[in-house]
Amino acid sequence: MRIALFATCIVDAMYPEVARDTVTILERLGHEVVFPERQACCGQMHVNSGDFAGAVPVVEGHVRAFEDGPDWDVICAPSGSCAASAGHQQPMIARRAGDDDLANRAEDLAGRTYELSQLLTDVLGITDAGEQLGSYFPHAVTYHPSCHGMRILRLGDRQRDLLSTVQDIDLRELPQADQCCGFGGTFSMKNAEVSTAMLEDKAENVVSTGASLCTGGDASCLMHIGGGLSRTGARSPRGEVGTVHLARILASTREKPLLPPRSEPLLSGGSLR
Amino acid sequence: MTTFLGMPSVLRADGAEVADGLPGAQGNVFEREPFPQYASRELEDEQLRRNLGHATKTIREKRLGAVAELPDWEDLRDSGAAIKQRVMAELPDLLEQFADAFEARGGHVHWARDAEEANSIVRDLIEENAPILGNGRREVVKVKSMATQEIGLNEYLEPHGIDAFETDLAELIVQLGDDLPSHILVPAIHKNRSEIRDIFLEGIPGVDPGLTDEPAKLAEAARQHLRHKFLTTKVAVSGANFGIASTGTLGVVESEGNGRMCLTLPETLITVMGVEKLLPQPEDLEVFLQLLPRSSTAERMNPYTSFWTGATAGDGPQNVHVVLMDNGRSRALADEWGRSALNCIRCSACMNVCPVYERTGGHAYGSTYPGPIGAILSPLMTGVQAEENNSLPYASSLCGACFDACPVKIDIPSILVHLRGEDVSTTQEGESATERVRDATSSSGQLSAGLAAASWAMADGRRIALAERALPIAAALTRLTGGISRLPGVVGKWTSSRDIPALPDQSFRNWWRKTRGTDADAIAAQQEAGAGAGAGAGAGAGAGAGAGDDHGSQNEGDAR
Repeated sequence: MRIALFATCIVDAMYPEVARDTVTILERLGHEVVFPERQACCGQMHVNSGDFAGAVPVVEGHVRAFEDGPDWDVICAPSGSCAASAGHQQPMIARRAGDDDLANRAEDLAGRTYELSQLLTDVLGITDAGEQLGSYFPHAVTYHPSCHGMRILRLGDRQRDLLSTVQDIDLRELPQADQCCGFGGTFSMKNAEVSTAMLEDKAENVVSTGASLCTGGDASCLMHIGGGLSRTGARSPRGEVGTVHLARILASTREKPLLPPRSEPLLSGGSLR
Repeated sequence: MTTFLGMPSVLRADGAEVADGLPGAQGNVFEREPFPQYASRELEDEQLRRNLGHATKTIREKRLGAVAELPDWEDLRDSGAAIKQRVMAELPDLLEQFADAFEARGGHVHWARDAEEANSIVRDLIEENAPILGNGRREVVKVKSMATQEIGLNEYLEPHGIDAFETDLAELIVQLGDDLPSHILVPAIHKNRSEIRDIFLEGIPGVDPGLTDEPAKLAEAARQHLRHKFLTTKVAVSGANFGIASTGTLGVVESEGNGRMCLTLPETLITVMGVEKLLPQPEDLEVFLQLLPRSSTAERMNPYTSFWTGATAGDGPQNVHVVLMDNGRSRALADEWGRSALNCIRCSACMNVCPVYERTGGHAYGSTYPGPIGAILSPLMTGVQAEENNSLPYASSLCGACFDACPVKIDIPSILVHLRGEDVSTTQEGESATERVRDATSSSGQLSAGLAAASWAMADGRRIALAERALPIAAALTRLTGGISRLPGVVGKWTSSRDIPALPDQSFRNWWRKTRGTDADAIAAQQEAGAGAGAGAGAGAGAGAGAGDDHGSQNEGDAR
């Protein structure tokens, strides 16, 4: 299968290793990965900030990038929120701008766009990450299911199931896991105090698990949670507590472990680098 | 294309031009100050946060259990949404049906365009029917009602010599404490037991000074206080959960029985009902009497369900009135993206699951309607351009928990986003992009300048590729400190409580191009992007994008 990677803007600029690991996983399964280079962003930041006019060129750019680039069978994004925005928001923005053609094209693309765990589970038939992907991560990890993956894409247990089948992982239940971390894009700046109050509770719950890392499927939420953990100097028995995207855990193998057994994660601003 | 859908006489009788066709709501449906400001003060109240956190968590968990018992819960939600959608589509006809049926059974129907009209109708009826007491004032008892909170009825009646006594336990706590409700179902959710005891000791005449904070003792004190009022007061005022159009029946559901007392004992009963509360026929109650109690109190059935149809000789109030009130509802109904907010049955499930409400409480929203539903309903009723309500649509992280919990499937997150769009397009009118960039001294100015620049840059990945050429320098700088902990301007709101990781040396797209891309593609892409950058910067689309372009040109050699 030929898979077009939709890296998402935050992963492209801040967490390139997450996109590289996504490529690694898909290629390990024998698929070809292409990267339509004119892609940039899904437009969610503009839409959620109410700047619908500003979102239109971003949506146009996204649709054009995937239409004009190399041929592909499906699109894969290492983000539930951006994949959800492609289906949930892009057609709406185009339609409100009076561009039904763009809306239909966006809908068509979104219908073939999958969040990573969705693609692995529903399309590529992965039921055991250790067995089928060679995933190996001998560390205590807790898992935050991000809101848009959970509630718009209805990912259900897909991410958790993949994580729980990683070899030697010690996956710990996160209390109040379904509560938002407080990121919400520009919400974190427009309502910074409320966002911080939500973050404090999330961070406290993460620390209460004793895990050294909190994982999830969205780099944006993980940057937020990690940023809060880093600021408060949160610690586990293994040192500082931080966040890591699940693509990195799935890509990690015995031969090339992301983090060797019993080693302390090397964090920057709360993110595992 | 605004279609007139609301009640038959809502347009101003004098034919005066109203801002955008339909009048906005009046009364307690406005922010008292911008949400972030109010919220940040409330966040400092640790007792409040503990009370709210405990209460909402308890109700949340109970609701999940109550909902899980019904295998057809999702079908019920679909039915509830469909019935309400039909009500909104046929509202004018259903209202006339209701009014005819109500009058045919001996009731009296009054129409109120807004809060002012509703208040004065109720006042006139009270003055006609309640005697003046020894203290020179009139008294009415009240059933818990959101509609009368919305129009500020108690406060309106007070200077007109009328004392309105709230009889719902929690409303009584709020009234005795000279406080405001902070939740639509449990208005005193922000108070704990010992705070309530203090309020009773202060506010109930002749209360046992040894009153403890045991729930049973507190309820007993309230019961003693209220019983006398039920037996002596001639007029009651209520709201309504449902109005059945085909039969002219009104309904109230409650937990305490105090509502039932008010609805049956006085001689005169006045009900104030928002026009959206109609259901077409009695059979529709099958759906709503399952949806409402499970969503609100997590009960299979609410303890007291009262229905009345006009006046019945020898049984209950003989003088029965209903005030059918618009107060901004037609305006909400005319908004094709927002009108499903009128489906709301005031269950409060959205508040209980909302992580923002849980931390700020209801007062921060200003309006009678707090939480996620309030953040859309208030601006829909008043108009989002009403200065006072334009921060409400932003009071959400758009996590979507409210939509999942809503028994009538109101897509609250999408309506929040719609209203943000309304707010931004109103602000942008008469203000050019350059002016917005210049207004970069304020947080909102910086945000919109940033968005304008990002809109240009993010329309094409080749522009991003050039901007990202600056990453190696930036990365080296941020690595010195092991991350970013302080940024200027509006992004400083992020770094006030969160660090940012050190930037990577190389973006993914530039890594891809180096390791996987072809030189021919890269060169063509770069030339095209360079031309585009000039045009964009010239149009004043944003300084950030222009700077990226410069770095791109300087570093062009590095990429080869």
